[in-house]
Amino acid sequence: MHDAEILVQVLILGLANGALFALIALGYTLVYGIIELINFAHGEVYMIGTFTALTVVLQFGLTRNSPPPLLILALALALIAATVVCALLNAGIERLAYRRLRNAPRLAPLITAIGFSFILMNIGLYWYGASQVRFPDLLPSVDILRDWLHLNTAIAFTVKDLFVLLLTVPLLVGLNLFVSRTRLGKAMRATAQDREAAALMGIDINLTIGLTFLIGGALAGSAGFISGLYNNSAWFQQGFRGGLMAFTAAVLGGIGNLTGAVLGGLIIGVISALSDFYLDPRWTQPVVFGILVIIMVFRPSGLLGEQVPEKV
Amino acid sequence: MSAEATARGAGWSGLPERQRRVIQFGIALLFALIYPFLDGPLLAPLFGGSTMGIMIPVLLYTLLALGLNIVVGYAGLLDLGYAAFFAIGAYTTAFLTSPQSPLPFRTDFWVALMASWLVAATFGVILGAPTLRLRGDYLAIVTLAFGEIVPRVFLNLEQWTGGARGMNPIGRPELFGYEVGLFPVHIGSLVLGAQVPWYYLIVAVGIVSIWAITRLHDSRLGRAWIAMREDEVAAASMGINLVQTKLLAFAMGASFSGFAGAIFASIFQFIDPFQFEFSISIMVLAMVILGGIGNIWGVLAGGIVLGVFDRGVSAQLSAWLRSIGSTLGIPVLATIDLSQSRLLIFGLALVILMVWRPEGLFPSARRRAELHQDETEVAAHGGLA
Repeated sequence: MHDAEILVQVLILGLANGALFALIALGYTLVYGIIELINFAHGEVYMIGTFTALTVVLQFGLTRNSPPPLLILALALALIAATVVCALLNAGIERLAYRRLRNAPRLAPLITAIGFSFILMNIGLYWYGASQVRFPDLLPSVDILRDWLHLNTAIAFTVKDLFVLLLTVPLLVGLNLFVSRTRLGKAMRATAQDREAAALMGIDINLTIGLTFLIGGALAGSAGFISGLYNNSAWFQQGFRGGLMAFTAAVLGGIGNLTGAVLGGLIIGVISALSDFYLDPRWTQPVVFGILVIIMVFRPSGLLGEQVPEKV
Repeated sequence: MSAEATARGAGWSGLPERQRRVIQFGIALLFALIYPFLDGPLLAPLFGGSTMGIMIPVLLYTLLALGLNIVVGYAGLLDLGYAAFFAIGAYTTAFLTSPQSPLPFRTDFWVALMASWLVAATFGVILGAPTLRLRGDYLAIVTLAFGEIVPRVFLNLEQWTGGARGMNPIGRPELFGYEVGLFPVHIGSLVLGAQVPWYYLIVAVGIVSIWAITRLHDSRLGRAWIAMREDEVAAASMGINLVQTKLLAFAMGASFSGFAGAIFASIFQFIDPFQFEFSISIMVLAMVILGGIGNIWGVLAGGIVLGVFDRGVSAQLSAWLRSIGSTLGIPVLATIDLSQSRLLIFGLALVILMVWRPEGLFPSARRRAELHQDETEVAAHGGLA
């Protein structure tokens, strides 16, 4: 393999993982944008998504050689199950706890979110135990460039990589359209800007915030499904690491900014892949966080965050 | 608030602030001093053995909470990576006293304790400096980043820190010619566990810390922290040097975790990077917020309540429920096993406590007043609509 080919390979890996981070980061950024809460439980909601998808997939007893119609049906069911469960879970947590704390001191909802993250982690522990579980490898291991396009290259771009992008990109585009074009999206933006003024204009604040959590949870659920299929593993602690990376991505892009979250996710994915390959996987985390610190020093509101003038 | 205070009678609230504080401090001190004597006869049956093994780590984490309270409670800077300074304190002591250390010289524990204090404070300034321009949650994420980087660096620099194998043994302090923590203490016919001297050492450090922190809180610097927390722009225009005030908050906050780290390393005689992970930062932050942010007595209570709950109660809960179940003849309780549910119980406790008392168990008077003011503001807006 040439140096350039290795670089491209690493970038493909980084972008696929980055797309996943972006999906999770959107959930953080949506919630933060609207109620200024770092929803610590979000990473664990994503973990529950992987677990739900795994449970559905195991029900069908599938292997990679199962008949394609059954495979597609089962995967579609798993995706729907993970999305619905996580959306309801996230909205349920908001309804149960965060809503009561809307006028409480700022750190009270944060600690509540941490509490929920512990609770969900423990549920994951009951569900599949303390060790990592294998998620069946169901996607065909066909290399698109070599097997389908007959290119003479050492770069591997498999159906798996394509699958992540095929599911992630429409979700990201759809979310952006929803927030920028629909009435409910407009209500969300208004609520984020000024909750009281939005309420005075006749916007149902509780419904809008609940909807935001629903969407964030659905994105986390689909990310959980994709992560299971792509990484072929499920673990009750995956939500912690994944959530931390995704949250970093959201802040890096400028928290509250949807495009920023996607950009941040891709950057973190690529940096991690580059550092894993060229440096040492052991140093990846310090490198990612080190770059975060440097960017924060020079752009204190993230890459695409608004440089809000100080209110006096 | 004022009506409540009058209802309680003029006796207690009529006393000047200073006297009330002295009495509170006296009662707390007395209880702390006689605790090891109550431990054996009263608590050991309930917890199936001496509670010193629970109380010592709990008090150390409470010491951390007191330091974090300076940063989060007084200065209003949300720090999610406080365990980094704890780690720096512990590794400083290990480097200075452990035979595994790469340094060419060794020092006494007491020297290491002061060195840990100084090194942690220095790193408070070094890691605080990049955050000076950041506000709110951006600051939180950068501190979180440092909290992740520091233990990783200790893990990866294997040639100096032993990496995942950790460092062991670590120097013990010498008191009156005896090394602390090796032998049981005999007082007449009474025998106290070998850990009791450690307990008193931590209580002593705690008392000095509480004294220092209350003095800081009432000083010019303390007032500057509070002014900065309430409104940075207003504080700056009143002539407060924000850079200096913020850096001093980070340094002072970090320095107390230097103490805690040094003692932690020496008590357990072993440290590895996994003892300083994100969950520790979160635990300590939960102690501060749960107890009542900004109020030193609240933080003290929050630390002890949460720590005892996490280390003592949740571990003993299944045993207690089982014995209740078998005495009352409830079969479900008699066979219960909660050993897999520690996280669940802890998480539920956090959620319930926060929903029930969002301002913490013992909020500072200023914060209680603020909350009240918020409510009247909202009501006024409602009236306009």
